[in-house]
Amino acid sequence: MSGGVRLGVILLCHTDLEMAARMARTWADGGAWVCIHVDAKASEPEVARMRAALAGQRRIIWSRRYRCGWGRFSLIRATQDAALHLLEAHPEVTHVYLASGACLPLRPIADLIACLASDPQRDHIESVSAWDVGWTVGGLNEERFTLFFPFDWCRRRRLFDRFTGLQRRLRIRRRLPRGLSPHLGSQWWCLTAATLRAILHDPRRAQFDRFFRWCWIPDESYFQTLARLHSVQIESRSLTLAKFDHEGRPFQLYDDHRPMLEESRCFVARKVWSGATGLLAHFPRPARGAPDLDPPQPARFERMITRTVQRRTLGRPGLYMQSRFPRKDAENGKTSAPYAVFQGFTDIFPDFEAWLSGRIAGDVHGHLLDPETVEFHGRPQIGPGAISDNAAVRDRDPQGFLTALIRISPRMQVFQFSPRDNQALNWFMATDPNAHLFVVTGAWMLPVLSSGIPFDEMRRITARLQRAELDQLQVLHSVWVKARVQVHDLSDFLARPHALLDEMLRQIDPLCAPVDSLPPMRETAGLAGLLRRLRNSGLRPRLAGEGLPEDAIDAAPDSIRTAAE
Amino acid sequence: MRILHLLPMPARLRRRAERQLLIARAWRRRGALKPIADRTAQIGADDILAFVTLRNERIRLPFFLDYYRRLGVRHFLMVDNGSSDGGVDYLRTQDDVSLWRTGASYRKARFGMDWLGWLLMRHGHGHWCLTIDPDEFLVYPHCDSRPLNALTDWLDGIGRRSFPAMLLDMYPRGAIEDQPYAGGQDPFQIARWFDPANYTISKNDYFANLWIQGGPRTRAFFADDPPSGPALNKIPLVKWHWRYAYVSSTHMLLPRWLNRVYDENGGEMESGCLLHAKFLSTFADKAAEEVRRGQHYAGGHEYRAYHAGLRGGQSLWCPESREYVDWRQLEDLGLISRGNWA
Repeated sequence: MSGGVRLGVILLCHTDLEMAARMARTWADGGAWVCIHVDAKASEPEVARMRAALAGQRRIIWSRRYRCGWGRFSLIRATQDAALHLLEAHPEVTHVYLASGACLPLRPIADLIACLASDPQRDHIESVSAWDVGWTVGGLNEERFTLFFPFDWCRRRRLFDRFTGLQRRLRIRRRLPRGLSPHLGSQWWCLTAATLRAILHDPRRAQFDRFFRWCWIPDESYFQTLARLHSVQIESRSLTLAKFDHEGRPFQLYDDHRPMLEESRCFVARKVWSGATGLLAHFPRPARGAPDLDPPQPARFERMITRTVQRRTLGRPGLYMQSRFPRKDAENGKTSAPYAVFQGFTDIFPDFEAWLSGRIAGDVHGHLLDPETVEFHGRPQIGPGAISDNAAVRDRDPQGFLTALIRISPRMQVFQFSPRDNQALNWFMATDPNAHLFVVTGAWMLPVLSSGIPFDEMRRITARLQRAELDQLQVLHSVWVKARVQVHDLSDFLARPHALLDEMLRQIDPLCAPVDSLPPMRETAGLAGLLRRLRNSGLRPRLAGEGLPEDAIDAAPDSIRTAAE
Repeated sequence: MRILHLLPMPARLRRRAERQLLIARAWRRRGALKPIADRTAQIGADDILAFVTLRNERIRLPFFLDYYRRLGVRHFLMVDNGSSDGGVDYLRTQDDVSLWRTGASYRKARFGMDWLGWLLMRHGHGHWCLTIDPDEFLVYPHCDSRPLNALTDWLDGIGRRSFPAMLLDMYPRGAIEDQPYAGGQDPFQIARWFDPANYTISKNDYFANLWIQGGPRTRAFFADDPPSGPALNKIPLVKWHWRYAYVSSTHMLLPRWLNRVYDENGGEMESGCLLHAKFLSTFADKAAEEVRRGQHYAGGHEYRAYHAGLRGGQSLWCPESREYVDWRQLEDLGLISRGNWA
């Protein structure tokens, strides 16, 4: 043994005593003195089997059994008793490590002893001031100390919650024992025998115990707080790799974690799934010659856990699936990537889609929400992600359709829109920060103008489309809009199409070439005349804008005029 | 059951009455099951059990049993509905299979759920129970390195009692008769393509479950009538209590909190997939037979549609189909999620 360090281990065992026995032997074989505490709730035959398995082990002693409840003071009582027993039986012990039956030593015990010997006065205990919030996950912080917690959180949750709420309402605030500054930290520590003795033999221990009895989860605060009173030198990091999820439950370790655990260079990790036979067979690594003094590097492992917790709590943006179906406005990202919607452009430029395809880095679709069929780029019957071009299938879940399309496509999605299309996604797109919406209002008048249909029919269609677009504009002008929206009316756009298109394309693809030429434009002659005739027939056109060229008035064909009269 | 919807009573009480009726119904029909090999005495306290109804699936059984044995299913409780292909004799010789036989109507037994309901009540209480068809193969996060009881231990630890696994239809490239399936073979060597992203979801407020449709069947056979397309949402793995009941196949359960297997606050919960090896060379005969028997859901509407489509040599494969690799691929596509199970 190096540097005169003699390691004692307190092993708290609750369930799965078979694995606990294995761990006890591992510690003892590595040269540590082990004191085992078995929960009084454990079944007798199992305890008997464990005792039989460890019979004849000179380095293992057993402490008095207590009934332990999660987050209750009984755990502290069991630890105190075991520590006293250990220090009494083996007064030569210099360091005491608190571990559980599911804590797996990863590196040789000799490495751990060598590491402790490099600075024998140091206490390795994570101890973070409770006033500086941020250590706890999914639980109370300083309220753990200022309220009373007489009820078991696991078994009597409702009573626990109600009682906590009641105390908050009554503004109850417990007085802390003098000189105590509450600290929190991982319940797995390694203290020097001197510090531990000082804590256990403190003349005010009865007072401290009384205080902590009604605290919540004292195993994360009792030793962490008292060590601050007695320790000379605290290294505020646990030697045990133990991560918790967002609800404070420990993560389990499985066989496939082996490479990552090995790389972490941690001394002890928890908690091992009982069936992880590969891990149990592999760790601890056998000692090779001189003890290795490398410090633990758990960063990569911790990053993996953080990522998983994020997946559980935040999820992947824009994903809707069997186990993630966020409520409206709780989506954490309505879609997974930016996309652009051009409204009215295909009405002004019939070849707009093909023209745009060549200019920007993205998939340019036609009218995806067309009432007849889904116009995917190239008009296949089965689009990206095997999405059908059938409009009925799409309209079953338009939001799912759009989000799936955006998520499955590696490139930016760009599509055309018009008031003729399915309007079900107007709110969804307007409130989605990923959306770029470019709207030319009233552009749908141009195909109506050139269709050559009778005026009555034109008036009916105009009324319907105008209503749809006005409804949509109401959405786009609401205060809830998160999308990047540009709305121009038709006359405004026709006045300077070059500059506006250029600006729009730059917004969605900053690397695109400047707009030097426009695609062929639909005939606008006669539009002002049509608008006047609509106005005269009692339908006020509100979307095309003012200032259309007046010269077109007389060009309106006579046949339409007669139809109106 | 339908009459309950006409009575003016609060939804909660109605659901309870429905559940009790389902349980009573399963209990009343227990007599239809004749034990052929009852090895249920072998079931240990923590064993994971599989519940299966089948008819003429002899050719699939060897691979099916091996697959789930490897995952860690300890006992199979199977109901044979009048097979005539020697499947009974095969299953009788398997040491971890308990077999019942019935000649009763599959349709009148709520598509077999009454029979399984009784077996679940009688033998499933307190166990993690997997209720599946012989052509469904469970895939869950980490299934290549962790057995099924690692998953159930984890679910126990976080207090969950049900685990969702959406049905993922697998199909071969080309017409389905082109590559004949041989007994014992891995069906996903042939049917190894699937649709990655064409699923529609809606929420059913009464049962609180998600209704998932889409996939190749909706795309190819139900394009004109997507609401009648098959439901793909399933909750096959449940820590059973005798008071539970499956309502419609394994799509949903009562009490309804078991159906809340999804997060509504933006997070992801754990989920898996049932790879559906339906579209193999054996399918054409099966479809023809089922159309004749008319024992399937909605008068076998589904089978009739397939029958009509696939007789013409229609292929489900399309250039957008993805080839199955492993569970990580499914997770990346967003079909399953590991949730918090690192």
